[in-house]
Amino acid sequence: MIEFFNFYVVPGIVTGSVYALGAIGITLIFGILRFGHFAHGDLATTGAYLALGATALLGLTPWVALPVAMILTALLAYGIHRLFYRHLESRPKILTVMASLGIGMMLRSIVQVVWGVDPLAYGSGIARAQSFGGLMLRPREIATLALTLALVAALLAFLRYSKWGKAMRAMSDNPDLARLCGVNNDQVTRLTWFIVGTLAAASGFCLGINTELTTMMGWSAMLSMFAAAVLGGVGRVEGAVVGGLVIGLAEELSVLLVPSPYKSATAFVILLAILLLRPQGIFKGKVL
Amino acid sequence: MNATAARDRPQPILIMHQVRGGYGDADILQGVSLTVMPQEIVVIVGPNGAGKSTAMKAVFGLVRIRSGAIVFEGEDITGWSPDRIVRRGISYVPQVDNVFREMTVHENLEMGAFLSKGDLSAAFDRIYALFPDLKAKRHALAGDLSGGQRQMVAMGRALMLDPKLLLLDEPTAGLSPKYMQQIFQICRDVRDLGVSILLVEQHAKQALAFCDRGYVLATGANRHEGSGRELLDDPEIAQMFLGG
Repeated sequence: MIEFFNFYVVPGIVTGSVYALGAIGITLIFGILRFGHFAHGDLATTGAYLALGATALLGLTPWVALPVAMILTALLAYGIHRLFYRHLESRPKILTVMASLGIGMMLRSIVQVVWGVDPLAYGSGIARAQSFGGLMLRPREIATLALTLALVAALLAFLRYSKWGKAMRAMSDNPDLARLCGVNNDQVTRLTWFIVGTLAAASGFCLGINTELTTMMGWSAMLSMFAAAVLGGVGRVEGAVVGGLVIGLAEELSVLLVPSPYKSATAFVILLAILLLRPQGIFKGKVL
Repeated sequence: MNATAARDRPQPILIMHQVRGGYGDADILQGVSLTVMPQEIVVIVGPNGAGKSTAMKAVFGLVRIRSGAIVFEGEDITGWSPDRIVRRGISYVPQVDNVFREMTVHENLEMGAFLSKGDLSAAFDRIYALFPDLKAKRHALAGDLSGGQRQMVAMGRALMLDPKLLLLDEPTAGLSPKYMQQIFQICRDVRDLGVSILLVEQHAKQALAFCDRGYVLATGANRHEGSGRELLDDPEIAQMFLGG
């Protein structure tokens, strides 16, 4: 029984945390800026490699390099908005969606040029798993869960209690009315990109530290992140977290039923099922 | 008229003078003029497509104005942006989608005071005194309320910044007669607090009966104006919109 937890549930929750952090960004962009952001996976990859760069250049340990990477990725996300997406704001949203696909490729290519295409790691050496009454947890797994918990709690508190958090929710809920209340659209958009970039970096970093760094990792994980966002209800932060955990667990548990190469198809099946059966998602999000 | 009398006469809080404009190239407004006096409820009625809502939106800076002027408390506000107009003391309640459905009643009111930096407790007390129903429901999501209660949330939100003029676009649309009378009564209470109200109404008969003064618009221009009573008694108007 405990093996079941060690081999499936723990990895599922760790993967789910990575998806959750990515899905929150996707759901915020969907809710507030109203488009599907297909550069999101590659933004996460870039964040992960920026952390790697910080360890190499500044001699930081990976977990200290993470905040540096989060700040840099937040600035990068805002920069991409300023340079590209902002100019498409008044055009049909599908143009921004297509542009984001291109931005994703561009980011991935830059990462490949700078760091090469071979898998990399934050550090060598094998981290020993510690036993908690038979439950085996590695320090990086505990740290991943703690980080996810802390970021989600901070974001939810910000959205619930702060003036600008409420402005973000208002913008997601009813943009015309938010404007009538005097909420500045541009400021909310800027804030959204900073938050999204921060979370994307955290997501990519956790993905990299729990497996290895590859230039395709964010792109590959993005389908699962979108599935998580839709499953939880588009625009719903708490939904994205639950959705991420469900998709992560479902992927890990799917190998009990189907051969492991089909693992990544699990998210796709769940995405299709939720779109057909309950398009508003678990938490009653926007219907796409 | 001697000078003293002119000075003593109350000045209109809002003047719309010969406003022409619309959204695209076509002008929906073909020269609309109206005034609102302090502490007055003024209603705009007219057939569908007369430009009633557009006239109101023009006051709030939501319409491209080609010519004419809008003067608020002696200051020309023609062409101002909505957020600047909010700061100047005019609030607007749209006809539809006028609440944040996923936010609580209390948060909706808070958003109404987004531009305020000060303490809001006095504003909340004022609004909850005006809408006791909302106080009981303040932690409910606005989207879960009935249509009439939602309209109260929308009006409460608009009153948070203590405006001098409130613009209401068809506040009783889709409401039961009971709620319609309640909304009208709230309008009177709001006026008695010193706020002028300009509203657009589909229910012409009831609205003219309760307002101080009314304007009848047709095809984007003034057709008639007068006290509510005069307009109700005018046979031509009765035939035009009020069903004879």
